[in-house]
Amino acid sequence: MSAASQLRLVASRPRTQFHLTEPYHPENSVLLGFWIYLMSDCLIFSVLFATFGVLGRNYAGGPSGAALFELPVVAVNTGLLLVSSFTYGMAMISAQGGARRSALAWLGVTGLLGCGFLGLELSEFAHLIGEGAGPQRSAFLSSFFTLVGTHGLHVAFGVIWLTTLMVQVARRGLTETNLRRLMCLSLFWHFLDVIWIAVFSFVYLLGALK
Amino acid sequence: MKFSKAVLALPLLFGLCACKMVVMDPAGDVALQQRNLILLATGLMLLIIVPVISLTLLFALRYRASNIAARYAPDWSHSAPLEFVVWAAPLAIILVLGSVTWVSSHTLDPYRQLDRIAAGRPVPAGVKPLRVQVVALDWKWLFIYPDLGVATVNELAAPIDTPIDFDITSSSVMNSFDAPALAGQIYAMPGMQTRLHAVVNRPGVSEGFSANYSGDGFSGMRFRVEGLRRDDFNRWVTRIRAGGAQLTRADYLRLARPSSAVPIRHYAAVDHGLFSAVVNQCIEPGQACMSAMSAPPYGPVAGRRDPAMSMASGSGMRPGSANGLSLSKGQ
Amino acid sequence: MQNPQHPPLPAGLDFARLLFGRLTWDALPLHEPIVVGTFLVVAAVGLAVLAGVTRYRLWGYLWREWFTSVDHKKIGAMYVILGLVMLLRGFVDALMMRAQQALSFGQSHGFLPPHHYDQLFTAHGVIMIFFVAMPLVVGLMNFVVPLQIGARDVAFPFLNNFSFWMTAGGAVMMMLSLFVGEFASTGWLAYPPLSGLAFSPGVGVDYYIWALQIAGVGTLLSGVNLVATIIKMRAPGMSLMKMPVFAWTALCTNVLIVATFPVLTAVLALLSLDREAGTHFFTNDLGGNPMMYVNLIWIWGHPEVYILILPAFGVFSEIVPTFSRKPLFGYVSMVYATIAITVLSYLVWLHHFFTMGAGGDVNGFFGITTMVISIPTGAKIFNWLFTMYRGRVRLELPMLWTLGFMVTFVIGGMTGVLLAVPAADFVLHNSLFLVAHFHNVIIGGVVFGMFAGINYWFPKAFGFRLDEFWGRVSFGFWLVGFYVAFMPLYVLGLMGVTRRMSHFDDPSLRIWFVIAAVGAGLILLGIVSFVVQIAVSVKNREALRDLTGDPWDARTLEWSTASPPPEYNFAFTPVVHENDAWWDMKARGYQRPSAGYLPIQMPSNTGAGVILAAISVVIGFGLVWHIWWLAAAAGAGLLAAAIGHSFPDAGERVIPVEHVVGVECSRSDMIRSVA
Repeated sequence: MSAASQLRLVASRPRTQFHLTEPYHPENSVLLGFWIYLMSDCLIFSVLFATFGVLGRNYAGGPSGAALFELPVVAVNTGLLLVSSFTYGMAMISAQGGARRSALAWLGVTGLLGCGFLGLELSEFAHLIGEGAGPQRSAFLSSFFTLVGTHGLHVAFGVIWLTTLMVQVARRGLTETNLRRLMCLSLFWHFLDVIWIAVFSFVYLLGALK
Repeated sequence: MKFSKAVLALPLLFGLCACKMVVMDPAGDVALQQRNLILLATGLMLLIIVPVISLTLLFALRYRASNIAARYAPDWSHSAPLEFVVWAAPLAIILVLGSVTWVSSHTLDPYRQLDRIAAGRPVPAGVKPLRVQVVALDWKWLFIYPDLGVATVNELAAPIDTPIDFDITSSSVMNSFDAPALAGQIYAMPGMQTRLHAVVNRPGVSEGFSANYSGDGFSGMRFRVEGLRRDDFNRWVTRIRAGGAQLTRADYLRLARPSSAVPIRHYAAVDHGLFSAVVNQCIEPGQACMSAMSAPPYGPVAGRRDPAMSMASGSGMRPGSANGLSLSKGQ
Repeated sequence: MQNPQHPPLPAGLDFARLLFGRLTWDALPLHEPIVVGTFLVVAAVGLAVLAGVTRYRLWGYLWREWFTSVDHKKIGAMYVILGLVMLLRGFVDALMMRAQQALSFGQSHGFLPPHHYDQLFTAHGVIMIFFVAMPLVVGLMNFVVPLQIGARDVAFPFLNNFSFWMTAGGAVMMMLSLFVGEFASTGWLAYPPLSGLAFSPGVGVDYYIWALQIAGVGTLLSGVNLVATIIKMRAPGMSLMKMPVFAWTALCTNVLIVATFPVLTAVLALLSLDREAGTHFFTNDLGGNPMMYVNLIWIWGHPEVYILILPAFGVFSEIVPTFSRKPLFGYVSMVYATIAITVLSYLVWLHHFFTMGAGGDVNGFFGITTMVISIPTGAKIFNWLFTMYRGRVRLELPMLWTLGFMVTFVIGGMTGVLLAVPAADFVLHNSLFLVAHFHNVIIGGVVFGMFAGINYWFPKAFGFRLDEFWGRVSFGFWLVGFYVAFMPLYVLGLMGVTRRMSHFDDPSLRIWFVIAAVGAGLILLGIVSFVVQIAVSVKNREALRDLTGDPWDARTLEWSTASPPPEYNFAFTPVVHENDAWWDMKARGYQRPSAGYLPIQMPSNTGAGVILAAISVVIGFGLVWHIWWLAAAAGAGLLAAAIGHSFPDAGERVIPVEHVVGVECSRSDMIRSVA
């Protein structure tokens, strides 16, 4: 129930009525609660960005971002994640239209794109560590691996969640609860996309400039 | 101004309690100004604290439920003039105190060169400050006098009425160099260098210590602070020089091993560039100096005053190579 | 206690290493008589409790009605009980510190070696903030807020249960560290590089990290929960500006929790990466910067202070009007003052380390922002003062604690502003003056506030008032004990004595430490009296019974329902027209409805919270002791359990209308019996 309709509800009652005689169901709070959680998660990333901002030039005699980053690979990765946001959007459109099969299909594509992103990221990490540019080499690399790795962990968690939801949708269909869950994951997935755009710009692009 | 006099009488009151309140009766001009600031701020705040406490007790007594004679206004909950006072009174105090704070944060900034040795006594022309390099070790203090070529452990002596410039660092963990009789404290941090300016105005002994907990031996991390007349100070230096002990880098590494409540030690000669090597963490043979590992990307170290730098950037607080050089100059 | 060192093991023992990580028999502090004694006492008390529960066949009852409960009132009560139990542990630490400092002079080194003493003051700080103050504050909000806003429960009842058990899990980690291994000896914020692997190789800091991480998840989720509750679930008509001030302070506190605890989580995660993965965030070498940690932890740490004090302000804002029989003076300015404090609390963190050497501009800025906070705080104090003005002040227990707060807190506020002047802070920072200051505001503010709140809402929670006599005794000992214990520390601070010392040379200091120890003894009597107060009240509960549901003639909605409230809180959702909704109802001759009841839908209890939190503790234990297989297996188990829990739709059950009618009728009988 919106605040305005609540006020109307009260205003329409006599000044001496102090309780409702009908059942009262406050609006479901899940989306609000999840949104608040996302903002707190955003703060974790803020701390990691701040740490990268402070320590990101402390190479300690080791390699810099310009020497390490392979922008084409990262660009492909960025593409994968952006497309996955689009496919998730398609899944939501299907779900809201009640088309379970096409929603499941789009979700599947989204999950595969997410896995592709993770695979590329892991191979990049393996390559860096193989070159001796692991997180123990310098404060710059510590903060780089932690920031990018935390984002990767979130994506991995998102893929697990997505798989769980696919099973739930397949079993029970597009119930009200499942739609709400899909909506939460949608927020989460797009949120990770936004974070990645920040990572791509501040870490990779600015880092490669130097 | 009766009130401010009463406040100034406070230290006398404390004097009666047979305890040595070094913060209320310091030996140096900087600490004296800090004390005056404490008294001023306390006085300003008492202007609001005393009425609040009195009114609390008064209202609780006057309007107690059993006192039917007192006026009762069961619905009164708003008064624009009172609300104004409620916000304006603390605001007024804070305006005054805030101005005092802003000014004193700058005049008593520990990094600022002293321009006076006491109230009304500017630093005499030709008096060069005494430079002291301070290293916090686990758990004792090393004082290097670069212009005199001597060093001490757990003893800091200085001629009276002479400005002292401290350069401060730490060998392993965070400490705080604190000599409350002189000028209070500043952090001693590994790989970084902080500064403190002080003066001692009267001969006598007081105590200094670390004010930031640094591990098991922390309680024994104390040093003797002594103000000496100029010729006494010269004799003190001569005596140290006659001692003949050397502080080489190898000696330093031995000294740096954890130990607590260490007796005073004197060194007649000190390895050149020791302090700079400690700051840059390249004492041990074969260690690369931090200053050599990367040029400071954000510009010279003097950028300390940039808030973003001092809070955010390691390189802001740390000496680059330029600063490292200027440290060893004149040794 | 020695640092666990790991000599290279013979090849045959590698298996043990794999199985038990760095956990060996040496981890049991059998050579520490004090710890063994403590263990025996804790074990004896624990066994007695377990035996009692078994003897009276209470396990099923406790599990069904409490541990798995999603009822915000029961969860709130469990938080408060957790806080009070941990208060005993934290206070024993305090007593030992006071005794050590009173004894350890000159030749005598007291009864605690430095390494033990260092763990004591670290544990004392961590316990008092995270496992006493936080559970008390969160518990009180949990209990009161839904009742005050006319809701039947919080927005996410299961999450609420889970949050509580995560907090309790953190407390379990704390207690484990006492008997298996050691706790951090770094100070309560564990500044690196001292807390780094190089200088703290043992398990102490790892216990610290994982205790706080586990409890932190609980705190964060309960913050999300209460914000959503207050925004979405207020009774019809209760606009934000008609909300009780306690609900306002709860809203601001939970916004602060949501907006700061992630910072703590992140910074502790970085510290553990430094320790476990060899990264260089806060190390001395390879580009790390320890001051980054100090900045980040205080960006959490300062708002945390307001997370604790704002709900206490809320408690006083409820108590003063009730016991003065007048509306709160300046409601609107009270609300804006709360919001102002919330925002400003983010702009002051650097005042915890002026001595870093940041320069006049930075220090001046943070000094002044700190002082600016005292303006809304001062306005609040005046508002309480003018609420008493021309009132009818009843000096009952909650009001006594409030008066004690008003006098004590302003003194702490004054010394706080003093410390906010950077140039003065250079001589006072980290001295016992500072220790006296923050105990002055935390005891005088938070602790007094919590005791006021407990005395105020106890009858609502359990249906009978707390004993007046023992309450006054407890208050008297706490108040006098506080002054005797901490005024000497102000003096010692001015004598240039710094904090966290385990030994002193100067004998002239001793008398002050002895006085402080006597003060701690008085506070101990205050705590004992509080326990006696509870026991006496339980014994005399029939005489102290509250049949009306409104024992104080109070003003807000929670007093409109029964004491204790039925599980559904309100048979009919209240409609709010004014501030002080219940007072308004009483003034306009509100009659309880006697017909028209409806069935009520409520969430079902679940054991998932207990299970998930227990698995989290196992993960923490595995990580602390480097038992990697255990941590990994438990981690997989946690994921599986969480996914499994998500499959069934949230359980709901319907309370049949006959049950509601029965409960409400028996309440009508009770009210009639009083009239």
